[in-house]
Amino acid sequence: MLTIEGLTKTYKTGDKALKNVSVSVPSGQVVGLIGPSGAGKSTLIRCINRLVEPTSGAVKMGDSDITRLSRSELRRARRRIGMIFQEYALVERLTVMENVLSGRLGYVPFWRSFTRRFPQESVDKAFALLERVGLGDHADKRADALSGGQRQRVGIARALEQDPELLLVDEPTASLDPKTSRQIMRLILEICRERGLPAIINIHDVVLAQDFTQRILGLRAGELVFDGAPDALDEAALTRIYGEEDWTAMRRRSGDEEPEHHSEREMVERLEGLA
Amino acid sequence: MPVATIDGAPVWRHRTSRQSLLIWFGWLCLVALFVFCWQVMTRDTIWAFVEDAPRQAADIGSRMFPPRWSYIERLLLPLWDTLNIATLGTVLGIIIAVPIAFLAARNTTPSTLIVRPIALFIIVASRSINSLIWALLLVSIIGPGVLAGVIAIGLRSIGFVAKLLYEAIEEIDEKQVEAVRSTGASGAQVIDYAIVPQVLPAFFGIAVFRWDINIRESTILGLVGAGGIGLQLQASLNVLAWPQVTMIFVVILATVVISEWVSAKVRHAII
Amino acid sequence: MTTTTPRVWRRPPILIQDKRWRIAIYGGLVLYLIAAMASIEVDWVRVYTGLERGWRFVQGFLQPDFTSRWSDISQGLVESLTMTVTSTVVGVIISIPIGIGAARNLAPLPVYAVCRAIIALSRALQEIIIAILFVAMFGFGPFAGFLTLSFATIGFLAKLLAEDIEDIDARQVEAVRATGASWWQLVNYGVQPQVMPRLIGLSLYRLDINFRESAVIGIVGAGGIGATLNTAIDRYEFDSAGAILLIIIAIVMVAEYGSSTVRKWVQ
Repeated sequence: MLTIEGLTKTYKTGDKALKNVSVSVPSGQVVGLIGPSGAGKSTLIRCINRLVEPTSGAVKMGDSDITRLSRSELRRARRRIGMIFQEYALVERLTVMENVLSGRLGYVPFWRSFTRRFPQESVDKAFALLERVGLGDHADKRADALSGGQRQRVGIARALEQDPELLLVDEPTASLDPKTSRQIMRLILEICRERGLPAIINIHDVVLAQDFTQRILGLRAGELVFDGAPDALDEAALTRIYGEEDWTAMRRRSGDEEPEHHSEREMVERLEGLA
Repeated sequence: MPVATIDGAPVWRHRTSRQSLLIWFGWLCLVALFVFCWQVMTRDTIWAFVEDAPRQAADIGSRMFPPRWSYIERLLLPLWDTLNIATLGTVLGIIIAVPIAFLAARNTTPSTLIVRPIALFIIVASRSINSLIWALLLVSIIGPGVLAGVIAIGLRSIGFVAKLLYEAIEEIDEKQVEAVRSTGASGAQVIDYAIVPQVLPAFFGIAVFRWDINIRESTILGLVGAGGIGLQLQASLNVLAWPQVTMIFVVILATVVISEWVSAKVRHAII
Repeated sequence: MTTTTPRVWRRPPILIQDKRWRIAIYGGLVLYLIAAMASIEVDWVRVYTGLERGWRFVQGFLQPDFTSRWSDISQGLVESLTMTVTSTVVGVIISIPIGIGAARNLAPLPVYAVCRAIIALSRALQEIIIAILFVAMFGFGPFAGFLTLSFATIGFLAKLLAEDIEDIDARQVEAVRATGASWWQLVNYGVQPQVMPRLIGLSLYRLDINFRESAVIGIVGAGGIGATLNTAIDRYEFDSAGAILLIIIAIVMVAEYGSSTVRKWVQ
């Protein structure tokens, strides 16, 4: 259970990125966070594990308030929060296996990580996860030798290696082609379902968000302007989040008269567009 | 590009009158500065010596050839010392330079207000002072010998290595650092997993490059008593044994060429 | 997972994949380092007595004495600075034709070979060695230093300039050539605009290097602040030596800062 109360972030430049955002995510729920660029999506996600230091407000996981933790307590809290990044953010010059094992850094002392002697169960888990994301044979390749989709799979494995209780996902599909995007989203969703893992997915693609998440949050200029089921995201809601735009055109493209089939159909359309 | 109007007709000019005037004034200042510096510098120059220089050059040239080839036997041990001074000095310099680079890089320094300026000052101080000056000082402090040479080369290398390394650290991809930090890694682990892999190729390149420069510099440290082949050079110059001096120049030249070749090969293999 | 026994994982080696080569190369390096360190003969008694002097130097550095040797220091400084300016100007003026001659895309082969040979000669010889020769020919004093630094500037600047010219955008040159321009016009219109900012930047950088070198060649008699420094250290006047070193550092800092601003302004 994640509870965010009155979260506010004002940058040094005076920009108000978040204004009094309150929301709670029950365990097992996958939430899509949408909004225009600069609405504060990225800041919100980073305030949860304090990669960005919030100005005021509280972020509670269980009973503890993450915003009040000391540095070592924060490290312990961070290892329970897995994060998947835009453009993968793998350490390019390390091997795939080292990247996955870096998910254990919060659990092992420095000498173990420095000598790359991780406990056997961590190594077993890493191998199992690589197998799970379909990269069993790539353990000793360098991360920069992989394709975009493969790199994001490594990013997912790294986050899961942490044994997280919450997944933060920042634009996971931003630099992937449409087909790979859907595969990655599906993989993230499957894994969340398998583990009953709650997730907050920051995503700019409204269609993907509607297809894959159970609940959608809409952020505009640092304020929460929509919170509801994917079906409730109608034109009025979209206009509230993004401003005036011809939504029917976008809907037509996504084929919203047939919600059951639209993902496949849209995929075909997009693939045709690619070819 | 401005268009001026002269006698009612538009005339294209490369620059406005004001701009060209300023540029001419700049050149004039440069020429005046040069003439002034030249006169100050040559105030005490004895032109008779300068006019005599071609004759002197011919005289020295005739004494320098042929080189005394047999002298090479006495140069092998100093050459070994020279190599050691360069290598150990590079190692010493690197050991000190690495932590300083991390203290000086904007994204890894513990404090921008106090620690970073100190680290930057150490870098500038080390870079401004040539290894020969360091050697001069060290010979006077700890006595002549190879050790003074090693430390002199090490002190000079600190600034060079640390400057290039901290620039490399500042250029790393911060997203990778953020990703490793988000796993709950400690500061040392972030350096080990996110920063070191990114700067390692640059580091090897810098180290080999500096080693190559240090070979050059260590050949002449002996002039002030800090060991190596320069000691032989100094001794030969003192007794005006020009054929030996030529031989030493040949050996130094060969060493420099070989070390340049080796460092180019190694850098190529690493990067 | 298909395997039942626990899979061990070891990081693959970073640089040398073959195990025997790795052992041979790393082992060789370690042996060399041990041999090198063993070959240093250290007179520890001398080092120990030297520590006191080292401490005096540190104190001299912290409490420098600018006044008692000021006339020597100022004369050395004037020599160094004038040497730096004149040798940089002369060096740059000579480097430009040599640099153009050493660019394969502008110069015919014989000219290219001669210019490259000049560059190689100037780069292979240490400043100090050149200074020794020039002092022997021209006598002690800043004139020998001026010649040394000019000669060294040529090797540095002409090489980088030639590489720059070889790297320029060939299409722009082609476009100028297509207008029927002569060789001089080609250099003026097709090449000069492209390399001018770099040339100014490199000249300023060389100015900075020449000042630092001018502090060294005085040790072999080629004038400048190096001679003053040498005297101060010979007399164990560490507070004057500290003052000179601080002045050198300060001038280098000012020069670096100034040249970086000018370079930003030019580009």
